[in-house]
Amino acid sequence: MSKNREFLWRRLHSLLGVIPVGLFLVFHLSLNFTATGGSEAYNDATGMMELIPHWLLLVVEWVVIYIPLMFHAFYGVYIAFTATHNTKRFGTFRNWMFRIQRMTGIFLVVFVAWHIWQTRIQKALGDEVNFDMMADIVANPAMLAFYIVGILSATFHLSNGLWSFLVSWGITQSPKSQKIVTYISMAFFVVISVVGVMAILAFV
Amino acid sequence: MAVEANTGRIIDVEILRQDTENGPTRWEKFKVPYRHGMNVISLLMEIQRNPVTADGKKTAPITWDMNCLEEVCGACSMIINGRPRQSCSSLVDKLETPIRLEPMSTFPVIRDLQVDRSRMFDALKKVKAWVPIDGTYNLGEGPRMPERKRQWAYELAKCMTCGVCMEACPNVSEKADFIGPAPLSQVRLFNTHPTGAMNKDERLAEIMGDGGLANCGNSQNCVAACPKGIPLTTSIASLNRAATVQMFKNFFGSDHMVD
Repeated sequence: MSKNREFLWRRLHSLLGVIPVGLFLVFHLSLNFTATGGSEAYNDATGMMELIPHWLLLVVEWVVIYIPLMFHAFYGVYIAFTATHNTKRFGTFRNWMFRIQRMTGIFLVVFVAWHIWQTRIQKALGDEVNFDMMADIVANPAMLAFYIVGILSATFHLSNGLWSFLVSWGITQSPKSQKIVTYISMAFFVVISVVGVMAILAFV
Repeated sequence: MAVEANTGRIIDVEILRQDTENGPTRWEKFKVPYRHGMNVISLLMEIQRNPVTADGKKTAPITWDMNCLEEVCGACSMIINGRPRQSCSSLVDKLETPIRLEPMSTFPVIRDLQVDRSRMFDALKKVKAWVPIDGTYNLGEGPRMPERKRQWAYELAKCMTCGVCMEACPNVSEKADFIGPAPLSQVRLFNTHPTGAMNKDERLAEIMGDGGLANCGNSQNCVAACPKGIPLTTSIASLNRAATVQMFKNFFGSDHMVD
């Protein structure tokens, strides 16, 4: 990387985590949630995607999802491995959030890679993405557990990431505003976790 | 002549020792006779007077840094029972025993408990943590600083570059080149000063480079550890906002410098 560009990369990493990756996660989990209405509702909802011309869908996928996600993921791995965790000596709430943010981030790189392989790449290889595909995957209890941990990691990483996003861009400065946003972000975590976990359980 | 009160109490002390820079480390145990009002410095002085380990072996006296002995110079910082703090203001009465002393290993260890805090002073030079007033002629008086602002800025000025926040920060280490909380807060201090603010874009430019402001990971350990209660994380968040504005100015602005 060119000299003296680190500030830019870090800010870009922070921004991309929210727009578009964070927005995409909320959209993705919401779409999954239609599975709670049964297989037909889910297939109808995901079928909407098929109405978009294939070339356009590919462009949107790369520009809105893959490229920002890959940058956020790989630069994030670099950030995570430059940290020296010290929660043993400083067991404060924020220090634990700092640590869990990095732990969930690393786990998500593995989980998301696996998830893309199991769904998007299989689709590219000729499989059909529908209710039955997910139902087959989570029929395996170990896979279900892996998915639940993955979903919770993603919802946590986004919720807590929103908190640090607001600090990193200088929006929340005072300790009071940072504290209130902590509560809001944790409430957000609970809500999207419920949505995400209910959705995955609908496939069981 | 008053003889020191022999309380009969013995304090167990464990010290992480290191003879040379990058050399091997070892723990040594000591038994020190307790005196009233002892702090960690007087404990170390006692060992210096009689450098014998708990199992009776003669050893080299311990090396450490100290200066003011009233928690304003920052020289005597070390890790005491797991927490970085000043040894002068660490009273033995308030510490759990055995008292474990380690150097702040986020800095290069010179010997025993003595560390090299040069990176902090280098950082202060890098961010131009001063008010430049030198010129070829008398520049006259600068703008006045409102009294309330002065009182507030004084809190930031309490920083003694002791290194405790650097030690506490998980992003300051040999594997990461983060400038650390203390020099960042100094940027806020000097950018607040009415004369210092005349060069605020230069300081911001420095911390918007490699290893700068954006490398903060918001663990907020610094503000929890700072012995002077400096609002380091508020300083960082405030600089984040200033940097965001500066970023837009740099890109979209025409020929802006300071304002």
